[in-house]
Amino acid sequence: MIQVRGIHKSFGEQHVLRGIDVDFHEGQCNLIIGLSGSGKTVLLKSVLGLHSVDQGTISFDGRVLGDMGKKEVKVLRQEMGMVFQGSALFNSLTIAENVRLPLDFFGDMTEAEKDERVRFCLERVRIDPESFSKTPAELSGGMQKRVAIARAIVLNPKYLFCDEPNSGLDPETAIVIDQLIHEITHEFGMTTVINTHDMNSVLEIGDHVILMEKGVKAWEGTMEEVMDSDDSAVVEYVFRSNLFKKLRAALKKA
Amino acid sequence: MIYRFLDGLGRYFLFLGEVFHKPEHGREYLKSFFRELELLGFSSIALVSFISVFMGAVLTIQTAINLDDPFVPDSYIAIAVREGIVLEFAPTIVSLILAGKVGSNIASTLGTMRVTEQMDALRVMGINPASYLVLPKLFACLLFNPILIVFSMALGLVGGYYAGDFLNLVNTEVFLSGYFMEFNPFYIVYSLTKATVFAFIIATVSAYFGYNVEGGAVEVGKASTKSVVAMSFTIILFNYILTDLLLQ
Repeated sequence: MIQVRGIHKSFGEQHVLRGIDVDFHEGQCNLIIGLSGSGKTVLLKSVLGLHSVDQGTISFDGRVLGDMGKKEVKVLRQEMGMVFQGSALFNSLTIAENVRLPLDFFGDMTEAEKDERVRFCLERVRIDPESFSKTPAELSGGMQKRVAIARAIVLNPKYLFCDEPNSGLDPETAIVIDQLIHEITHEFGMTTVINTHDMNSVLEIGDHVILMEKGVKAWEGTMEEVMDSDDSAVVEYVFRSNLFKKLRAALKKA
Repeated sequence: MIYRFLDGLGRYFLFLGEVFHKPEHGREYLKSFFRELELLGFSSIALVSFISVFMGAVLTIQTAINLDDPFVPDSYIAIAVREGIVLEFAPTIVSLILAGKVGSNIASTLGTMRVTEQMDALRVMGINPASYLVLPKLFACLLFNPILIVFSMALGLVGGYYAGDFLNLVNTEVFLSGYFMEFNPFYIVYSLTKATVFAFIIATVSAYFGYNVEGGAVEVGKASTKSVVAMSFTIILFNYILTDLLLQ
């Protein structure tokens, strides 16, 4: 479990996070939703340690990030996997080399074991072996995202972070990516934190949903609770769209 | 303006501190080094060859025309061409050209990696991006630039000889003997010292600008341009300092 307690983060005069308290549960897809500029990405990057926080603590199964030495942070990093919004695959490497890179740095394996692990992870995200030697530029956006997921899970992480994993994808591919993350989370018992705008993702895989608004946590609950909630923040964010308004009305009627 | 310069200088040295962090997985750095050697070194051979041959030819033509005097032997023309190529053209001008080619490549590659979050991806994996991405490029430049400079010297002299012969400007036998007259071997040391310092400037200054890009594609382009300007200024400045220190 990842526990976030009272974190504040400012960039110059701009106070982006204003005292966030939240738990990200193990074996669940924890979704952070909210409008652009609500502080979702800063929260995610703060939890990842890419931004240092001004105040507050972030702990990973009891280990407080701010109290860790360099070696402990290094060990923690090997327990983390991250899927970036634009996939962030290395263009100079092939697909297989991209997935293999964390193993080359940190994996205590023989070359044959590394090859086997790379093959397993790529096949797990449904990349066919013919594509292993291609470069990222030769793949579609959806395939790049799947390779990014494979790279994120190659070290068998305890924590998986995804920043807008289905942005820029067509609705069908977006659902495939959502389902893949959901399956992997439950299969490997990971603590998954997903930053998203996509309400379909909330309804598909939102085991635990956190709504951010102007740098504070405005609401949290499960995907079922989202549909039933009369909280003003939820109503304003989720039910702006006519589709969701109608869907909620139909559910309530039912 | 002075504050901005000093601030930038301070950041540059902090960046170097990150770059020279002890590599923990030497094998991965070595693999990356060989990739960079091909990308930054071997790919510059054709450009350096072309420029060197023609610059050598132009130097011979200009010198021969300006020293067109029966009392000045052709060997003197050769000496002037040789010193021009060895002392200045090969180490300085070729380094300026490499600053444009290799330096802008480094700045734009790192800038693109920054804006597409590839550097964040490395940091999340626990890999120091400054060290992993810059150190192999730096060593590739430090190793290959002096080789390119020696190559450029040789081709410049060959170009000068054939231009003199082809245009019938000099007596080739006398001219060729001039290449070997009164040669000071320290000039090669001086030239290679400059090439090594310039290689360090090209790799680190361009990497600094690329590594610190914030924004998108436009900022990557701007950083690449800024890096070429900064490298050119620094190379010219260090050319003066090194010449003063080594040749006086």
